[in-house]
Amino acid sequence: MPADLAARRPVRAAAPSLEHPSGRGRRIALMAGLLVAGVLVFLASVGTAITLGPADVSLVNVRDVVTNHLGLTQIPVRVSEDAIVWQERLPRALVAASCGAGLGLCGAILQSLLRNPLADPFILGVSSGASTGAVLVGVLGLGGAAVGLSGGAFVGALLAFGFVLLLARYSGAGTGSIVLAGVAGTQLFSALTSLVIFAFADSDETRGVMFWLLGSLEGMRWDDVRLTAAVAALGTGIALCFLRALDAFAFGEDVAASLGIHVTRTRVILLVLTALLTAALVSVAGAIGFVGLVLPHAARLMFGQRHSRIIPATAVLGAIFMVWVDAASRVAFAPTPLPVGVGTALVGVPVFVLLLVRRGRRA
Amino acid sequence: MSLHADRVSWRRGGALVVDGVTLAPQPGQTVGLLGPNGSGKSSLLRLLQGVSRPDAGTVLLDDEPIQAQGRRAVARRVAAVTQHAETDTDITVHDVVRLGRTPHRSLFGGGSAADETAIRAALDRVGLTDKADRLWRTLSGGERQRAHIARALAQEPRELLLDEPTNHLDIRHQLDLLHLVSTLEVTSIVAIHDLNLAAMFCDAVLVLDRGRAVAAGTPAQVLTPQLIREVYEVEAEVTHDPATGRVAVSYLVPAR
Repeated sequence: MPADLAARRPVRAAAPSLEHPSGRGRRIALMAGLLVAGVLVFLASVGTAITLGPADVSLVNVRDVVTNHLGLTQIPVRVSEDAIVWQERLPRALVAASCGAGLGLCGAILQSLLRNPLADPFILGVSSGASTGAVLVGVLGLGGAAVGLSGGAFVGALLAFGFVLLLARYSGAGTGSIVLAGVAGTQLFSALTSLVIFAFADSDETRGVMFWLLGSLEGMRWDDVRLTAAVAALGTGIALCFLRALDAFAFGEDVAASLGIHVTRTRVILLVLTALLTAALVSVAGAIGFVGLVLPHAARLMFGQRHSRIIPATAVLGAIFMVWVDAASRVAFAPTPLPVGVGTALVGVPVFVLLLVRRGRRA
Repeated sequence: MSLHADRVSWRRGGALVVDGVTLAPQPGQTVGLLGPNGSGKSSLLRLLQGVSRPDAGTVLLDDEPIQAQGRRAVARRVAAVTQHAETDTDITVHDVVRLGRTPHRSLFGGGSAADETAIRAALDRVGLTDKADRLWRTLSGGERQRAHIARALAQEPRELLLDEPTNHLDIRHQLDLLHLVSTLEVTSIVAIHDLNLAAMFCDAVLVLDRGRAVAAGTPAQVLTPQLIREVYEVEAEVTHDPATGRVAVSYLVPAR
C-alpha cells in the first residue's frame, strides 16, 4: 500500500503521554486503579446478582449472611435466607465467575499463541471430548460411580486434546494445522456423543446430558467453588509468567524465536495449561461457549494489545460477565432455569459476527 | 569477529540444504547472501541465528557455540528480520519496536528508562519517530520493513540478519531500505535476490548454490558472467563503473 493512501486512513493514535517515560509511574498507577475498580465492580456484581431470583433477598441480607459466615458478625438472619445465599446463590455466582475468568483467559492465550482471533478454548476439541467422556459414564455406566460425570468429562477432555495435538503433529505442527486438527477432533467427539445418546440413552438421560452439554451451574456447592477458583487463579498466575512471550508471538514464531523466546517450550506449556484449565472447568460446569472467544476481544478493545493488560483485564471482565449472564439465565424463564451456555451464546454470537465482519472489511 | 559459521551443514527433510558453508563477516560490514531460490540462504540465516542446530560444523558467537548459549543471551547480540512477519493485531509502531526489548526485560518487569531510550533511538534511526503511534495495518510495505529493522535495532545487537528485506517493495523503497541497512553501525548479513542491489550496497558477498558456498569476496570480484551463468543459469554482461568502482549486471534475453 502506498504511503499516501495509508496516511488517508483513519488512525487511532495511542495517547502520547502513555508512552512517555515520565508518565510511566502514572500509567502503572492508572492500571492498578483500574484493576482495583474492576475487582470492586466484580464484588458489587456478585452481591447484586445474589439478590436476584424467585426468593426475595436484599443486599443487606446478603451482607449479613456473608459477614456471619466469615465470622465477623453474628447478625440474626432467617434460616431460609441464609440457605439461599450461602448454600445456593453465592457458590453458584463464584463458580460462574471462576469459569468466566478461566475460559476468558484460555481464549486470550490461544488467540495470541495460535495467532487466530477466532480461537477459543473449545478449538482444541476439549469440550466435545468432555461431553463424550460424560455420556460414556452417564449413559453407558463406564467406570461406574467412582468416576462420576465430572471425572468422565475430565478424562474425555484430555483424551480429545491429546488426539488433536497428535493429529496436528502429524499434519505439520503449524498453528494452522492445530486449528484444523481441533475442528476435526471436535466433529469426531461430537459425533461419538450423539451416537451414544442416539443408540443408548432414554429420554431422561438425554435431557440430563443435554443440559450438561449446554453448560449448567445448577446445584453448585462450595466444593465446586474451591476447585474452579483454584484452577482459575493458578491459570492466571501461570499466564502472568508468559506475558513477554505472548507479546512476542504477535509476528509469529520466527520473530518470537529471534527475540529469544523458547517457541516450542512456550507453546507446549501454554497449550497444556489451557487444556487442563478448560477440562477442569468443563467437568464442573459443562461446555460454556463463547466466553473464551468474546471476552479477550473486549479486553483488547478496551485496553490495547499488551498482554500485561489483556490477561488481567480478561480475567476480571470474564468473571463479571459470567456472574451477570448466570443471574440473567436464572431469572429470565424462572422458575425454569436457562442453561448458562445458551445465555453466553446469545450474547456471544452477535459479537462473533461483528468481529468476522470487521475482519472481512479490513482484509 | 563475534559471529562466525564454521563449515556448517544442515540436513532438512532428507535434503542437504546447507553444505559445509563458512562465513566470517568483518565487524560493521554489510554482507550479501546471494543465490537462486532454494540455494540455502534462509537456512543459513536460521543457523546463524541459533534457532536451528547444524548437523555438522559450528556457529560461534564470541568464540562459543551459539547453541550452548541461552536464547535470550543470543537475542541480545544477534537480531533478525525474517520474511513474512505480519500481524493481524492492532499493534502500534511503538509497541512493535518495544518487542525488541523482550530479551532485555525481566519476567514481570515493565519498561525501564533504558528500554525507552533504546526504542526512541531505534525509531529515530529508521525515521519512524513521527509514526510511533500509528497502527501496524496503516503502514506501507516499506514502513513495515523499517519498523521491523527498528525492532531489531532495539535489541541493541552487534549482528543483524535480514532475509530478503526488499521483497515486495518498489524500487525507491528497495534503495532506501538497503541504504539504511548498509549505513547501520552493526554487522549486517542480508539475503538478497537482486545482484545489482547487492553490488551497490554490500561490502562483501557470499554466493550459495544448492547449499554450497561457490564464491565469496567483494561484489566486483565475485559477480562475473561466468559465475552468473553457472549459478543462475542466465547469460549476463557485467560492466565496471570506474567512477564508483561498482559493477552493474545486465541480463541477456535467453536465446531459443
